[in-house]
Amino acid sequence: MKIAVVIPAFNEEENIASVVNGLNSMAVANKLDVTPVVVNDCSLDNTAAIIANLNCVALNLPVNLGIGGAVQTGIKYAYRNGFDVAFQLDGDGQHPASEIPKLVQAHIANNWDVVIGSRFLTNEGFQSSFARRTGIKYFKHLIRFMCGVRVTDATSGYRLLNRKAMAIVNDYYPHDYPEPEAVVMYVRNNCTVGEVPVVMLERQGGVSSIGTTTSIFYMVKVTLAVVFAYFVSVRKR
Amino acid sequence: MILPVKIKVIVTLIAIGFLAYVSRLILKRRLKEEYAIIWFVSTFILALLSFRSDLLDTVAVLLGVAFAPNLLFAGIIFVGMVYLLHLSVKLSKQQEQTKNLTQEIALLKQAILENKVNSLGPDKIEE
Repeated sequence: MKIAVVIPAFNEEENIASVVNGLNSMAVANKLDVTPVVVNDCSLDNTAAIIANLNCVALNLPVNLGIGGAVQTGIKYAYRNGFDVAFQLDGDGQHPASEIPKLVQAHIANNWDVVIGSRFLTNEGFQSSFARRTGIKYFKHLIRFMCGVRVTDATSGYRLLNRKAMAIVNDYYPHDYPEPEAVVMYVRNNCTVGEVPVVMLERQGGVSSIGTTTSIFYMVKVTLAVVFAYFVSVRKR
Repeated sequence: MILPVKIKVIVTLIAIGFLAYVSRLILKRRLKEEYAIIWFVSTFILALLSFRSDLLDTVAVLLGVAFAPNLLFAGIIFVGMVYLLHLSVKLSKQQEQTKNLTQEIALLKQAILENKVNSLGPDKIEE
């Protein structure tokens, strides 16, 4: 099974090398065929130079696209180059490579099209702040209400996609704060979505894209996006 | 309510000046004709109403609007909102196009590095 691991990176010079090297050693240890695909989202720091010398595919965007566009670029690469599954992973070191085999096993065992790594199935590892957990619970109820699927960690960017899900992302992926909306998109396109407990770490460096002032905007935007994603339903292709 | 001559002259000059500027933008290829139509039409209507404000009064009476200028303002605001929405749609489309182009560039640069460029069609999937 050919596995691509898409890592969007914007100004991640401090973390990106350890993330990619960690992936490669995990792959060797677990005898997995893993290709890290780093998408450099027009970083202003040394990210481009660092990833050029790492054992990975380096996709350099000439214009900054934001997280959604960067993730989509990597998934497009994986889809067009015949990878069987694609992971998406945050570039800031929050998502440990060691959990990848667990998601792959869940994908094989349950035949899920999308596997999400969730912090809240066993409540282990970094649990985020109270405000954020409240927001995530809200998304859990919203998504269950909209599509009847239980997703405890809809904001998790730790995901496995098979080729069916990759084909959907190849066509369309939300622009910013894409994760909860993408869950609805997968379900509405008849993908099976499952969750696996993962342990996440606190971010190793850098600053979250969601501050206190943007959080209200985030909630409103994502709620709208989730509701609209439901009504868009199956995209024509 | 017929306007005095002085303001008619001013309005005419402003309208002509505005039309000349829009035309100049088109000639210099800084504005596409399709976007200029709304400016031509609205300038014409506003100029017409300055000369024949009795037209506005007639329509206001027909629609039951007590104060005719309110009808003008409401009309202008409505047209402006619709046009803004139209521009937002255009902008969203352009954003999507720019994003797709950006992604293709990144993927093509990688394909060149991997010496795959000959086998890579626009949406070719290598199975």
